[in-house]
Order: sequence, then structure tokens, then C-alpha cells
Amino acid sequence: MSKLEARVGIRMPRVDAPETVAGEAMYTDDFYLPGMLFGAVHGSPIAHGRILSIDTSEAEAVTGVKAVITGRDYNHVLAGPFIKDETMFATDRVRYVGEPVAAVAATTPEAAREAASLIEVEYEDLPAVLSIDEALAEDAPVLHEDLASYFCTFEGKGTGNTLCAGDLTEGDVDAAWAECDVIVEQTYETGAQHHLYMEPSGAVAEPDRQGKVTIWSSLQSISLAQQRVAEWVNIPMAKVRMVAPRIGGGFGGKGNAHFQPAAAALALKTGRPVKLMLTRSEDFEMMRSRHPSRVHMKTGAKADGTLVAREFEVILDCGAYADDSPGVVSVAVLMGRGPYRIPNIRARGVGVYTNKLKAGAYRGYGNPQVSFAAEQQLDELAEKLGMDPVDLRLKNTMNDGDRWLGGQPVAVSSAAKCLETARDAATAAPALPDAGPDRKRGLGYALFSAPHGLLSTAANVALRTDGSIAVATGAVDIGQGSDTILQQIVADALKLDLDQISFASQDTDSSPYDWKTAASRVTYMAGQACLNAAIEAREKILVHASDLMEVAPGDLELRDGGKVGIVGIPEKEITFGMIAGRAHYQTGGPVVGASEIMFETPAVDPAVAQSKGLAFSKVGAYSFGAHAVEVEVDEVTGEVEVLRAWCVHDVGRAINPAMVDGQVIGGFVQGLGYALLEEMVWDPDDGRLANPTLMDYKIPTAREMPEIHSIILETPFGDGPHGARGVGEPPIVGAPVAIANAIANAIGKRPTVMPMKPERILDLLDGESA
Amino acid sequence: MKKVHISTTINGDEVDFLCEPTQTLLDVLRDELHMTGTKEGCGTGDCGACSVTLDGTLVCSCLVLGAEVGDKSIETIEGMAQGEELHPLQQKFIDHVALQCGICTPGLLVASKKLLERNPDPSEEEIRYWLAGNLCRCTGYQKIVEAVADAAQEMRSA
Repeated sequence: MSKLEARVGIRMPRVDAPETVAGEAMYTDDFYLPGMLFGAVHGSPIAHGRILSIDTSEAEAVTGVKAVITGRDYNHVLAGPFIKDETMFATDRVRYVGEPVAAVAATTPEAAREAASLIEVEYEDLPAVLSIDEALAEDAPVLHEDLASYFCTFEGKGTGNTLCAGDLTEGDVDAAWAECDVIVEQTYETGAQHHLYMEPSGAVAEPDRQGKVTIWSSLQSISLAQQRVAEWVNIPMAKVRMVAPRIGGGFGGKGNAHFQPAAAALALKTGRPVKLMLTRSEDFEMMRSRHPSRVHMKTGAKADGTLVAREFEVILDCGAYADDSPGVVSVAVLMGRGPYRIPNIRARGVGVYTNKLKAGAYRGYGNPQVSFAAEQQLDELAEKLGMDPVDLRLKNTMNDGDRWLGGQPVAVSSAAKCLETARDAATAAPALPDAGPDRKRGLGYALFSAPHGLLSTAANVALRTDGSIAVATGAVDIGQGSDTILQQIVADALKLDLDQISFASQDTDSSPYDWKTAASRVTYMAGQACLNAAIEAREKILVHASDLMEVAPGDLELRDGGKVGIVGIPEKEITFGMIAGRAHYQTGGPVVGASEIMFETPAVDPAVAQSKGLAFSKVGAYSFGAHAVEVEVDEVTGEVEVLRAWCVHDVGRAINPAMVDGQVIGGFVQGLGYALLEEMVWDPDDGRLANPTLMDYKIPTAREMPEIHSIILETPFGDGPHGARGVGEPPIVGAPVAIANAIANAIGKRPTVMPMKPERILDLLDGESA
Repeated sequence: MKKVHISTTINGDEVDFLCEPTQTLLDVLRDELHMTGTKEGCGTGDCGACSVTLDGTLVCSCLVLGAEVGDKSIETIEGMAQGEELHPLQQKFIDHVALQCGICTPGLLVASKKLLERNPDPSEEEIRYWLAGNLCRCTGYQKIVEAVADAAQEMRSA
């Protein structure tokens, strides 16, 4: 990049791309340390049962085995982000097929796997609950009999198999139905999607003689993984160093800890480095999924299309442990009104334990599920009212200064602009050649919003003695490109080339705190911290320059490439290196700018809404998007082909539009998979995941790729670095329901169950409910 | 089990290794030779992340046994750049931002290179179908297809 180009707002390649294309980027599985052992996990073969005994003797006898560990070797420390209900290994009870019961370290991967398979566990079978209905049945076996005693971070802990329940109310829904001329009411269901990051999860742990363990692991948060290792292995955080290598995707699935504690425990027990990588099938069975959901929703409007009232209940199937579920339930409730003015709302969110893999955070975080219902209801209402579905939406979209459900002020709303842009793009596109016989085309829309922000982050920007800059944050780039974005922000603030910046790998020994790469927050949150830190460094640089050059700071300017000059006198300038040299002797060290920020916006306002039992309400700032999607449905096979999509996202300011396109196009295609192809299926007889392979769990390939137009809007929102907002999650909120609306538009029947697989479409066409 | 001694050629270099009869070529490349550019996405031949060529044929190295590759010629991602000079496909993947997390990238590059050797002027559809065996979860493929088409054009005019 030449020195005089802008650094923000430009399409530039990723800083880490050269080593990626050369095959030299170091991911977790690429570490081979001297003396390294290989780990393997023994997972429960049954969905629900008591552990009567564990016999590890055969496993220990396998040649090359150095350690076998079970839950009996560790304190039963319960952990979890909202409800502390999970231990490192199942100790007296297993609650899903695949739940870790023991782990092995051996000199070869083959020996470790053989030993893991030879661990003998005697179980007493318990009846399993595999669906929301089974879990909520009156005589259902209870998964967590000690739920009442579990530590919980919020007020809405449930009873029985209900792990959480919360309500949010605005206005008077009961009275409002009388004002409605049309009402639609429907139940919608969505399936379990697997994150399917292409890099299976794992960790490499290396112990030292001071009792400290260093862990390289595929993760989304070094701080949360470090904390969980400390809790479960029962050592202080001072003895746990978590380092982020290159990460092969996350999408929420690696947000909380996974197998870092088991790897650390094996390493500390053996005194040798241990690599513990899951196979793809283990990753399917042992990590996390998106929550299957059932949403019952009722929406009413006046004859002129004014939305009046909505009542909805979201029930999420959380699997065997709470993990992020209470948060996902909360966001589903908060997003159920969508970006519309509906004065009367009654919402309930419920999370239910079942004997399946735990569901957790997944891109969208409850928003795609509730939006699948909400945005279809808008189309259903439009049909009843004889209105155009886009016009109905435009009549009701939030405006600047409106409040989000619960009362959080939304200073700027570009919802209408997003939708108008999507409609304009879709209608201006040339029509495709006619569909063949038995094939029906349809166009569908979705308008949506997503929050981004949450909790705290920090950054340091330091001047080195030669004038180059060192940037440190705790925010992990999981593939989306934040290392590049954050460097662009700092380079812009200091008028530097990107190659004058050293960007530190995230390491709990040295990085400033960051909560997590999640909630579409890294550009928005860590970007602000980096910008603030760079500005603080810049101010200090100018003070030193002012002393050195004997002019007032106001007469100085930064010049490209790490220089400070006197305004109007081109030849009068000094380098950052000269300033750094002075700073070392004048102020006792290099120039350092530091910033710590916390997302802090009023959320639920008691004057507007009544909230009870939600895990959190301060989720973040809101941004808007709209999708228009054209599909073709084969009425003979039931197959749905997505032909074209126009995806409009208002990102405030695109620091790097190429990265925004990457999130939008990639997110849309992941949403296409969720809508049409992907569903984890558990065998109703034994609770096993029936399709834990890429042969049986299909994700979109290049063949299914439609023509996707990413359209970026940049409405200044005020906050965020250069006004930038997050865009990681929004695309997967809009894609599935826009596809559903397009299918309904094509065939005149409405899909209520996702994924909308061919057999379900055929049932719909045959008149059966799908 | 007794290890097998294999002599073969990888990226033009003569290589000797010992492997278990059960180890796959992917295991050998990674665990024995520490050539970690070839990635494991599934281990069952479904994702294409471990793509290499074996005597010019594009294969999933997780479906080939290490003991089978004696006296063959294997090309991996590590052999794609000529020293500092990247292959046009590699450069176009960078320029088009045709990668995110990057785990699928080496396999996609190896597969794309093979495509262009067979068909220097593929249509957009031919690229999409050829690459349908290489899964990517981040990008949505569009930029990858554009990068391959752009590289093909550059290589034809070179």
C-alpha cells in the first residue's frame, strides 16, 4: 500500500493472507512440540444415565498410554456463563450421547483413540427426553435435579426441565386485539444447525516446571477459555496462559471453552505437551449446535396496515447444559418485534433442557429463529390486507429516535432505507429467462436488525524505539478479518503504513482484556478501543514533538509514514523514531496509548416495558439490513434453488468494504444452508446424532452458490470507530426468512418448518402442513 | 505393527519416510513430515481441505494410505509458490479476498490449480462444479470463483 492512500474505507487484502495461501499459517493442529503426546476423549454412548463405575485399567495397559483422567480426578466444579451446571467430565451422570467422560494421552493418536475406546463405563440407563414436548411433559425425567441449587447470574432460573424463563411486556396486548382488523397466528419450528467451522476444535497444551500450562487453541476468547481452565483444572489463572493461534472459523461455536481444560489437565498430569484435536464426528457430537426452536406468534394490524399488537412465545431446545442458552433466549425475546413500531407486545422466552448436545451461541443468537416467525407474519398480514409486503413493512419501520423493544433508544434507524434499497435493486435487475415446466419462481423480502456490542474490551498502542508501532488487543480474529480492520484503524489514526505496525497475537500473558469475538462486536468495540488508544498515543507524540521542535502542538501535524511536521513548512519534520528516543529518556519509556471501554447503554426502561427473568437486556447497538431473494421451486422434486439475492446492510462505515462483502456473502450462504439443507437429526430411539459426518450433514457448496449482490449502506450512526457497526451476524438473520417468503411467493403456500427440505416442500404442495 | 519404509517425491524433492500401514497420506504429511499446509477438515473425504495431487490426479490425502505412495509424485500447497513468487492463483486469492479463516484455502488452491491445468479457460459454472468438493464455511464461494476466473485469464495471457 502506498503511503498516501487512505487506510480506512478502502478495499484492501487481509494482512494475514500471504501465509494462508502459502499453507504456512499456524493453526492449533499445526503445532508439533518436542515430546508431544496426543489426546483423545471418551464420550458417553447413551443419552441419559447414571455412571455406576468407570474402569480405566484396559485403557492404561495400551502401549504408549501415559495418562487416563476422569471426573473423579478433579473437583466437581460446576461452571457455565449464566447457570453453573457443567463439569469438565461427567462424574455421576451423563446427559447426552458424546458427553465427555474421560480423556487419554498417549504417544500416538492411534494409541490414544484405542485406549479411549477401551475405557469401560457401567451405566444405569435413565429415560431420555429428546424434544421440547418430552422435556416439558408432566412426568418427564428431570435432567438436573439440583437446578435449584446451581449458581445463576440472573433472576429467571426455571424449575424441572425449564432452565430459564423470562417475559417482556409493553403496552396492553389484551386490550389491543380489539383494535385489530386482521390477525395472523401461527407456530413455527426451526432445526439444529451445526456451526461447521472447517477447522475441528482442539487444543495443544504445554506444561512447565513452574506448574504453568500454555495452551494454543482454536477459540473465540482467550480470556473465557483461560478462566474455564482455571476453574476446571483447579489452578490459578496465573498458571494458565491462553494463546490464540490462527483460528479456522468459529461462528459462535468456539465462544465458550471447550476442550482446553481437558488438554491442560492431561498436560499437567503427564508433564508433557498434549495435542487434543476432535475428529469431525466428535466435533459434531461434543461441541455445540444452534438451538432448535418453536415460536408461537400472533400479530394484529389495522385495515390500513398499521401494526397494533404482537404476542409471542419462543421455546428453545437447549440440550443438556445451559451454556449460552439464557442469553440466546433473551436476545430472541428482544428481537421478536423486529425493527418495527408495534406498541403492544407480550413476549415470553423459555429455555428447556433435553438429552442432546448442548446448544450454544451461533451467529445470530436467537435472532434467526424468532425472525423466521416474525418476518413471515408480516407477509401473512400483507396478504390478508391485500397490501404489498414491502409497503406494509415501510409503513411500520422504526424511525430515528424510536425505541427498541424494552426501551433502548435507537438514535438512527435506516431500516426503511435498507428495505427500499433492496426492493429497488431487485426490481431493477433484468428478469431471468423463463423457468422450465413444473418450476415456480418467487421473490421474498426480509427486513431485520441485529445488535452488536456487549461488555468490555481494551487496547494498547505503543511506540517502539525505531518509531514503529505495536498494537495489542485481546480480540481474536477467527477468520472474519479483524486483525486487518484493527490495524487499518490504527494506521489511519497515526498516518502509518500497515507494515510499520506490529500486531500482537492474543495471549493472556500480555494482551489487554477482551471479552469475546462474538455479538458482531470486534470492529465496533475493539475498533473503538484501538482508535482511542491510537489517538492517545498521537497526542503524546505531538507533545514530545512540540518540545523537540519548540513549537506549539497546535502548529504540528502528523505526516505520512511516521513523521511530525510543522504546518505549512514541508521541510520541518521529525520522525516517530526521534520522538521515541526522546520519550525513553524524558518520560521513562515508550509512548503508550491505552483504552478500556465497556458497552453501556440504557436498555430496558421500566417506564416503557416490564421485564422479568431475562438473562440480560443490554445487548448492544442496533444496525439494520434487508434482503431480497429470488428462488425457484421444483414442484416435482420439492427442491428449492436460490437464484439471486440482494443483501443490503447498513454498516455505518465500511472500514474495509471487501471484509464487509465477505461477511455478507458468507453469512447469506450459511443462512441458505440453514434454510434449505442443514439439520442435525437425533435418533428418537437412542438419542444418537444420526448424521455426524459431512456426508450426511450437507452444507452449501460452490455449486449451490447463487448470484449474490452485497450492497453496503453507510449511514452515520454516531458511535463506533469512524461510525462503523457490526455486520458479522445480520446476514444470517435475514437470509432464511427471506428465502421462506420467496418460497411462499412462488408456490402460494407457507413453510413453517425450517430447514425447508424437499420433502417438506412436497408435503406443503400436497396440502399437508410442513 | 512394523513401520513401512517409503521413498517418494514431494514437490519435486525426494523424500523417505517410515509410516504405520494404517496411516493415511494426510497423517504422513502432517504427523511424520510436519508439512502442515495440507489441512484436515473431516478425515473422511467429504470436505477437500486435504487435497493434493498424486501423479497429477487430484485426491483427498485422507483417503490415500501413506504406504501406497512409494515412487509417486505428490504435489502439495507447499510446492505451489516458486520461492518468494506466489502462483497466480495464490495472488488472486489474496487480491480478491477469497479467503477468511483459511483452513479450506490450501485445498481450494490445489484443486483450482488442477482445474486450470485441465481447462485453462473454464466457465463460471465449470469452476463452481469443479470446486464443489471443496467446502468453505466462511466466504460463500463467490470471491473464490472470481479469483479462479481472474487467475485463469491472467495465466492465459501470460
